[in-house]
Amino acid sequence: MGDLIWILLSAMVVNNFTLALFLGLCPFMGVSARVETALRMGAANVFVLTVTSLSAWFLNTFVLPYAPYLRLISFIVVIASLVQIVEIVIKKVSPALFRQLGIFLPLITTNCAILGLAIFQTNRGYGLLEGLFFAVGAGLGLTLALVLMASIRENTELSSVPELAKGMALVLIIAGSLSLAFMGFAGLLSSS
Amino acid sequence: MTDSTTIPQAPPQDDVPSRKLMVTLAGAGAVAGLMIVFVYGWTQPTIKAYKARMLAAAVQEVLRMPASYDTLYVHQGRLVDQLPDGVSAADLEAVYLGYDADGSRIGFAIAAGEPGFQDIIGLIFGYDHNDGKVLGMKVLESKETPGLGDKIEKDADFVGQFEGALIPLLGVKARNASGDPHEIDMITGATISSRTIIRTINNAIERFGPMFDAYYEGTGP
Amino acid sequence: MRQTTPQMDFLRGIWRENPVLIQMLGLCPALAVTNTVANSIAMGVATFFVLLGSSLLVSTFKRWVPHEVRISTYVLIIATFVTIADMLLEAVVPTVHKALGAFVGLIVVNCMILSRQEAFASKQPIGRSLLDAAGTGFGFILALLMMGAVREVLGNGTFLGISLFGPNFEPWVIMILPPGGFLTLGLWLLVLSWIQRRRAESAKVADWPAGVAQRRAA
Repeated sequence: MGDLIWILLSAMVVNNFTLALFLGLCPFMGVSARVETALRMGAANVFVLTVTSLSAWFLNTFVLPYAPYLRLISFIVVIASLVQIVEIVIKKVSPALFRQLGIFLPLITTNCAILGLAIFQTNRGYGLLEGLFFAVGAGLGLTLALVLMASIRENTELSSVPELAKGMALVLIIAGSLSLAFMGFAGLLSSS
Repeated sequence: MTDSTTIPQAPPQDDVPSRKLMVTLAGAGAVAGLMIVFVYGWTQPTIKAYKARMLAAAVQEVLRMPASYDTLYVHQGRLVDQLPDGVSAADLEAVYLGYDADGSRIGFAIAAGEPGFQDIIGLIFGYDHNDGKVLGMKVLESKETPGLGDKIEKDADFVGQFEGALIPLLGVKARNASGDPHEIDMITGATISSRTIIRTINNAIERFGPMFDAYYEGTGP
Repeated sequence: MRQTTPQMDFLRGIWRENPVLIQMLGLCPALAVTNTVANSIAMGVATFFVLLGSSLLVSTFKRWVPHEVRISTYVLIIATFVTIADMLLEAVVPTVHKALGAFVGLIVVNCMILSRQEAFASKQPIGRSLLDAAGTGFGFILALLMMGAVREVLGNGTFLGISLFGPNFEPWVIMILPPGGFLTLGLWLLVLSWIQRRRAESAKVADWPAGVAQRRAA
């Protein structure tokens, strides 16, 4: 159990997908202007990452031992189609949930965080349960980064920023400071 | 494209039969598969040879130049030198048993890893089971902070102490060192990374020790 | 669409529409693996190879790919070239491959590559598509080098592993750690927008009546 908690917290804060590994930057830069949107995007991310982890585990266990060279192709094809299927199912079963997450799902599929999760999970040889904890941790980490970024950006709108720094440069420098702050989490999980 | 009568890339409306879509994707998949299999067949021998060479070099280093070594697999809590039927080597953990020129055993090389300051620190170490002492240690994988935590692999004094140290290892601050052969002086400013290495080795021996006992009993000295 | 010349197809991607610095595409590799110049070059070259190969195939077969499955086909082609690049890197330069790690596989989801296929290679003849891909690829390498050079020199005191400042230099370690990636790109963007503004201002000065400009200059 300790290992699973370590995997979850490591993916969430110490090796945060966005702030330490630079995965999922597109939504981080694009969607993080409002806290409300950031939260929904985060929830959709947790969901897609979990589905990804399951399918990556399935492929790694049952398909790829026979054709290791098809790893990347099968990851991207299977994950993209699966997310699309899940999207259709959600639309049918719970229209309310679909309205909350719907528009983000196709966006997320082509996000590096998704493929990154599948590749990292494979490289580290995670099993089913470890993979799920990893996915949930990574998703919560992305949500945390998105929400933090969004709340800072909501505030900078009211402050006077030098003309030169407006736009992406400011976002990147804020991201750098957040990433610096997150480095403080290192060592948190070493048990001794 | 100033001519308003020609719309570029007019989306075809239902006039493409789904059979054609399938054929296109299948064709692209077939071409992709062919190219990949070709390159795979061409590069794989080189990649495998490199990995084997790296592993052999690491084993050579931590066992202090054995004349030869065997690969032993961990199968159902025992060490076996032959792969059981129907089990692939990729699924099993392995340790390496080194021999000197006379054919007597030098010790085991064991790869292990545990969470350090930043992420998992992976290492391989040599262990003489008769004397209960470490023969050498080499960090294989670490993302520890450059300049501080990465001294665990770059600081020759730190790495050198593992040769001849007795199990269980005990991490001490350099000023408290008493010369006890169990002691390892930890790096100032990288205590957590140093401790992780010590803990990894102790835990690995705790786990493998009984297996080594059983293996020695089963196969003679 | 405005007609462009072949030179423009090539040059556009290198600076004026640089994929990283102007269009903000492919940020993930631009930040993640640029902590040394060597890694930046390796990632740049691998991406260049994938981009050129994909553009060649997409442009060659554009006639036969139905509109509905074009994105899936592009992704399939890109993933093929990335797999090939991954295996070649591992066979030829295993140490660099290890340093880049999972980020080689992540070239597949580099939006820059897909955007060139969708915006250019799927509509233009082969030669033009190759020029466009080469230009964008060089632009990407250039951006990665700009990042890698700053980060390695400040964070490690070296360039391509060669020590620059002698043993007394205390490296600014944060630059080769993740925060340094964000900060370096942010600072480059500041520098670029400063240069742009200077240009815009001097252009304005040039438009002024001769007397005003002379008085200003004096």
